[in-house]
Amino acid sequence: MTDSKSTTSRKGVAIGLLIGGLTLAVIIVLTVVLSLGKRAAIGASFEPNPIQKNPKHSSLSDSSRPNHVLFPVKINRPNSGPRVDTDIFDNDGQPVTVSCQTCHATRAANFENRIPTDLNEFHNGLEFSHSSVSCLSCHNSDNYDFLKLADQTRLEFVDVMTLCSQCHGTQRRDYDHGAHGGMNGYWDLTKGPRTRNNCVDCHDPHVPAFPKMRPTFKPHDRFLSPTEPKAETHAK
Amino acid sequence: MPSNEPHVPPATNKASASLPIIGQPSTRRTALKGAALTLGLAAFGKAIWPMISIPENVSLDEFLQQHYKELSADDKQKVFARLATETKEKYGAKVTINDQRPIPGVKFAYAINLSKCNGNGKCMEACNIENNHHRGVDQSYIRVLEMTKGSMEMEHGSTTYTHDVPQDDKFYMPVQCQQCDNPPCVTVCPVEATWKEEDGIVVVDYNWCIGCRYCEAACPYHARRFNWEQPEIAAEEVNPNQGYLSNRIRPQGTMEKCHFCLHRTREGRLPACLEACPTGARVFGNINDPDSDINWILKNKRVFVLKEELGTEPSFFYFFDS
Repeated sequence: MTDSKSTTSRKGVAIGLLIGGLTLAVIIVLTVVLSLGKRAAIGASFEPNPIQKNPKHSSLSDSSRPNHVLFPVKINRPNSGPRVDTDIFDNDGQPVTVSCQTCHATRAANFENRIPTDLNEFHNGLEFSHSSVSCLSCHNSDNYDFLKLADQTRLEFVDVMTLCSQCHGTQRRDYDHGAHGGMNGYWDLTKGPRTRNNCVDCHDPHVPAFPKMRPTFKPHDRFLSPTEPKAETHAK
Repeated sequence: MPSNEPHVPPATNKASASLPIIGQPSTRRTALKGAALTLGLAAFGKAIWPMISIPENVSLDEFLQQHYKELSADDKQKVFARLATETKEKYGAKVTINDQRPIPGVKFAYAINLSKCNGNGKCMEACNIENNHHRGVDQSYIRVLEMTKGSMEMEHGSTTYTHDVPQDDKFYMPVQCQQCDNPPCVTVCPVEATWKEEDGIVVVDYNWCIGCRYCEAACPYHARRFNWEQPEIAAEEVNPNQGYLSNRIRPQGTMEKCHFCLHRTREGRLPACLEACPTGARVFGNINDPDSDINWILKNKRVFVLKEELGTEPSFFYFFDS
C-alpha cells in the first residue's frame, strides 16, 4: 500500500520537475544566445567600422572624375526682355505681345515721371514699392528693351543680377558665398550640378520685399497641440 | 484548566510518534512541492516570455537580425531585400533600400539664416515627404519655432501659429537634430542602437532600437521622434529612394530623427528641407572643405549654437545677417 502511494507521488514530482526543468533550460539557452548577440554588437562599436572597406565607397571617393573638374553652378536666367500684353488675340487665339520699343521708340522719355502713378497712361496701375528709385534708375530710356546700369551702360534683362548688385552689395556678397538665395541639386560639385535662384525669382523688382506667407503644414506631435498654451508645455 | 495539564502535549507527541503514517514518506507534501515547483517555473516562464518571444508583427529573420555594424555585405543585401519585400507587401510600393556610407574626409554642418527664415514651414513638409513619415500625424524631423524677438530660449518658442508670417515682433527658428559632436542621445542608449558616424551624422538602426525612448528624454533639442503608430503612407507617396539608416519606413515602436537626408547628402545632393526652403535661409556643406559655403558663414557671420552651455557641440548653426 505505502509503496504504491509513494511511487505515484514520485511520478508526479518527476513529471513536474521535467516540465519545470525544460522550461528553465529553454529560457536559459535563449537568454544566453540573445545576450551574446547584443554583446557582440557592443564590442563592435569600439572597432573600426568594417563597412569602410566596402569597395562601393572607394568608388565614391576615388571618383573617375578628377576633383578639379566640377559640375557647373547654373543660375536661373529670366526670359530675355519683358513683353507687353496688347489685349489682342491672334487667329490661333494666342495673346499678342509686343516689345517695349514698339511704343517707346516713338515717345521721348520724361525724366519727371519717377513712379507708375506719375504716368497718365500705361503702367500707371503697376504696384511699385522699391525705396526711392525711379523707373529710369533701372530702365534704359535709349532702348526700353534693355536695362541700364548706374554708369549708363546698357544691360541685357537676363543679366539683371548685376543691376541689383549695384545697391545690394551685401546680399550679392552673401549670394556669392551661398548664404543668400535658394538652391537645388548637389552640395558636392564633383558629383553633380547645382541650380541657383536669380534675384528676381524671389524678389519682384518693382516690389522686392519678400511676400508674407501662410503656413500650411503643421505636424501633430506633443509640442504641437493647439489647445495647450505653449509657454506651459515647453516650460522646464 | 488547560494550564494544569502540562503532560498532555508530550503525551500526544509520544502517541503520534507511534502512529505508522508518520514514519512513511510524506507523499502529499512531496506531491505539493512538485506541483508548486511546476507552477512556479511555469509562472516564471510566462512572466519573461514577452522578452524572449517573437512579436506577431516581427518575422523570424527580423528577430534574428544582427546589429547594423555586425552585418556583412551579404547580410545587408539580404536584409535590404527583405525590407523592400515587406514594404511592397505592406504599402504596395516598390522601393530600393541602399547603404549610403560616409564620404571619407567629409564632415557635414548645417546653418540657418534667422534673418531670412519666415516660418512658412515648407521645410517640415518637405521632410515629411522625403523621409516617408507617418501621414496620419504629419510627422516631421523639423519644428519651426516662432520666437519673440529678444529671447533665444527655444523652450519659449511656439509651434502652433497659423497666422501669416513673418510677424514683425517675432523671428522664426527651425529646430531639428543638431548632429552633436557630444550627443547625449547616443550616451544613454542602452543597446547602442544609435551612434555617430564619421561624417558627423547621428544614425539609428531602427531594427535594433528597443523603443525605450531614453534618447528622446536625453535630447535637449527635442529632436527625436517616436513612432507611436505604424506609419501610414499611400503607395504613390512612398519615396522609393531609401536608405537603411535614413528614410526607409520605420517600424512602429522605434525612435527616429533627422539624419541630414544621408541617403541624399552622402551621394552629394542637398537635403530636402534646404531645397524646399523658399527663403533660401538654409546652408549645408562640408565643414572640412575650407572653401565651402558653410565655412564662409562660420568665419563671416554672427553664428551661434543652441544651448551651447550644455556642451553638446552641435554641427548645426544659426546666424543673422549683419
